[in-house]
Amino acid sequence: MNAVPDCAVTADRATAPTAPTAPTARTERGQREVFCGLTGIVWLHRKIQDAFFLVVGSRTCAHLIQSAAGVMIFAEPRFATAILDERDLAGLADANAELDRAVARLLERRPDIRLLFLVGSCPSEVIKLDLARAATRLSVIHSPTVRVRHYSGSGIETTFTQGEDACLASLVPSLPVEDTDAASLLVVGALPDVVEDQFDRVLAAMGIGPVRFLPPRRSTELPPVGPNTRFLLAQPFLADTARALAARGARHLPATFPFGAEGTTEWLRAAAREWRVSPERFEAVTAPARARATRALARYRAQLEGKRVFFMPDSQLEVPLARVLSRELGMELVEVGTPFLHRQHLAAELERLPPGTAIVEGQDVERQLDRVRAARPDVTVCGLGLANPLEAEGLTTKWSIELVFTPIHGYEQAGDLAELFARPLVRRVRLAV
Amino acid sequence: MQLTVWTYEGPPHVGAMRIAAAMEGVHYVLHAPQGDTYADLLFTMIERRASRPPVTYTTFQARDLGTDTAELFKTSARDAYARFEPEALLVGASCTAELIQDDPGGLALALDLPVPVVPLELPAYQKKENWGAAETLYQLVRALAGPTIPRFAPPPGETQRAVRGARPRCNLLGPTSLGFRHRDDVQEVRRLLEAIGVEVAVTAPLGARPADLARLGEADFNVVLYPEIAGLAAQWLQRSFRQPYTKTVPIGVGATRDFLREVATLAGLDPEAAVRAGESRLPWYSRSVDSTYLTGKRVFVFGDATHAIAAARVATEELGFQLVGLGTYSREQARDVREVAKRHGLDALIADDYLEVEDAIARAHPELVLGTQMERHVAKRLGIPCAVISAPVHVQDFPARYSPQMGFEGANVLFDTWVHPLMMGLEEHLLGMFREDFEFHDSAAPSHLGHGARVAVEAPRHDAAIAHAPAPAATVAWEPEAELELRKIPFFVRAKARRNTESYAVAQGIASISVGTLYDAKAHFGR
Repeated sequence: MNAVPDCAVTADRATAPTAPTAPTARTERGQREVFCGLTGIVWLHRKIQDAFFLVVGSRTCAHLIQSAAGVMIFAEPRFATAILDERDLAGLADANAELDRAVARLLERRPDIRLLFLVGSCPSEVIKLDLARAATRLSVIHSPTVRVRHYSGSGIETTFTQGEDACLASLVPSLPVEDTDAASLLVVGALPDVVEDQFDRVLAAMGIGPVRFLPPRRSTELPPVGPNTRFLLAQPFLADTARALAARGARHLPATFPFGAEGTTEWLRAAAREWRVSPERFEAVTAPARARATRALARYRAQLEGKRVFFMPDSQLEVPLARVLSRELGMELVEVGTPFLHRQHLAAELERLPPGTAIVEGQDVERQLDRVRAARPDVTVCGLGLANPLEAEGLTTKWSIELVFTPIHGYEQAGDLAELFARPLVRRVRLAV
Repeated sequence: MQLTVWTYEGPPHVGAMRIAAAMEGVHYVLHAPQGDTYADLLFTMIERRASRPPVTYTTFQARDLGTDTAELFKTSARDAYARFEPEALLVGASCTAELIQDDPGGLALALDLPVPVVPLELPAYQKKENWGAAETLYQLVRALAGPTIPRFAPPPGETQRAVRGARPRCNLLGPTSLGFRHRDDVQEVRRLLEAIGVEVAVTAPLGARPADLARLGEADFNVVLYPEIAGLAAQWLQRSFRQPYTKTVPIGVGATRDFLREVATLAGLDPEAAVRAGESRLPWYSRSVDSTYLTGKRVFVFGDATHAIAAARVATEELGFQLVGLGTYSREQARDVREVAKRHGLDALIADDYLEVEDAIARAHPELVLGTQMERHVAKRLGIPCAVISAPVHVQDFPARYSPQMGFEGANVLFDTWVHPLMMGLEEHLLGMFREDFEFHDSAAPSHLGHGARVAVEAPRHDAAIAHAPAPAATVAWEPEAELELRKIPFFVRAKARRNTESYAVAQGIASISVGTLYDAKAHFGR
């Protein structure tokens, strides 16, 4: 259960009294209509360009990844599935020997690979295949050209974006030791390269640095970490990674998440405070981009203001995004569903939500859909399995997966983020058929 | 343990979902971990289905494993029944739930629900999607098709027909959700059957209710559209109700005519009158002079067994192509594919590893690939025109327009979809005529293939995927003049000319290719 956030709210804690102005959060249990953590491979393999993800699982796992990736085969991807068969389960074949053989075949085909992740799945977890030992063994065999790590992306342990958390957490123990006395900043969470470069420029202009990113673009550029490392979380779903970094002595800089003008500003301010950047300098550096973001948001505010939005639980981005929609675009939050509510990492987000916002952790998809139908929100943010059926019922939807795949962080993407919510509404108005 | 990059088929429970989603009034309770709900998007996104597939997942998590997952299953089944009020309930397990051995069938039966409960045992570590669909349809038919008839009684169809009058009746079996053009095939075949005076009693699973399955025995015979899916059920219906079933799949003009003859014989109608009931444009289009350039085009065929076998026949007999490769991922039907391949002097490729298929395509040097979405991508990389003939499906395989594969209209569709990716005859002729024109350079690929579609024709990738293909005659060198002469050959036949010349040179022991060698090879091979 290593990938489940330690402070995930359980049923008894959800009923604990909350401050009168705080949003109300409750948990719900039932059928969960969410991806498992394996889905993270779809974006992680694009980010770390010399890494390969080998899922040890079933045909279902292979089918999931190719379906989530949209069955788009642009190139031979840097992921694959070692499909367990009857012989592996019956013990007729030594699963470890089989895995070694599969890995050898894979590395022979892909000599460019420097980092291999063995990714656990539901079946590999249930049969208790020890991928930790396998990774150690395979690291020895393929050392020094290839390092082998392991994590679980299984659905029984991880929900969608938690796969990225598990992956990054598995890298933390192998990060080099930072041996200088000067402070450094680590930005944690997979971001598109263009967004990283933007953050890099803004932080450098304030004299903050050195700045490093986890995951790196190449596995040979793993960022060093130590007691002088400060880290900012770029994503709200990185509980295990944050804990592993803390165990290496790094210190978390709590902040809002860098979505929208406000969220990005507060996120940058957390680093600026730590580096004792003067308010004038902070203002001078951030003001132009913040003004651009505000201008970009204003165009969509006209379209989105007063519209009612319902979040089905999906990526754990729901709370920060709800904050942007509510505070910067004037939307009304009908319900904010989220698979897990990490109260500590989301503290700055939660306090910015309107009083009484209905936050639901976990899911019972049927009852939640009943609430959607009753409330008839203007926009429902949901997964791909639900979007078309809701559209067919006359409800406007936004695919949540696009919020994970599209660059939406930072000042320069604030307008793009708003546009993602405005587009389905605009489309509905345009269509006359 | 099998190393897999992309799969042609999903797990068997996805096959079961395709049956449940095709029907009305059926609900499937699936014991499965969180995450397995991804399968819903296949239906809602690829097929653009306007409602959620009728599936309830238990979505157990690690914390449930320590407690009582069996209880969770029972609750889910009870709630699903109460909410959806299905007329029949399918219950089963996905791959992970199979390992925890909760026995969904037994648990669901113990709930004592007032509707038929059909337990599915779909071994996820041995079987795949099409098998799962076939097994699910078979189990549903067995459970719902009513009491079987005594061995010596007349078949029910016959008795009823005597009462009813003359119209012979059949069932249409096999069309599912997420099937490759199943929706349109059903419409086309129904039209064909009605045109010759055969009534369709039940179409299943697509659009059927459990009560319709109970009426299956009333027909005189069964029409099996997709043997991968309906074969098992049709065999059982033959044993139980003495209903014969059709063996011909009506894809292509010839097969459609054969199918009509077969149906007419089963229905006691005049076969030749039946064949005259429809017409396709394919025969004339194929004979028109514009199509002469299609003669001997090298075509590689890969797909599910039904579509691959059909494509091999249409390609060779109806379009005049040369078959240079034939294969399938349907291991269950491998024998049939092997037989067809043998008739064309080929060894069938039976594989579910798309890299193996890519390898075979690269080695066969086809001018056209007829395959699945996987082969479409392979062909794109290799710069070869391609048309899609079979599942696994993509959103493009659900066109808005009517686009069957079966019947006479299906044959028209095949002509268009397979010929359009190729150069048109007149275009090819003009390109030959204008090849000296400076505007006709190598990258001037036909506009409909998109920019850069031919990049790889001359220089196949020497990467991992084809590195272990037999190395081309690397030892043969080209003299500069010969290389220049080669460039004067239109680009769409240049790769072939290069290959032929090199293999000729190797065979003749020539180390250095001159202009003379080039033309010697041309004379040797002919067109």
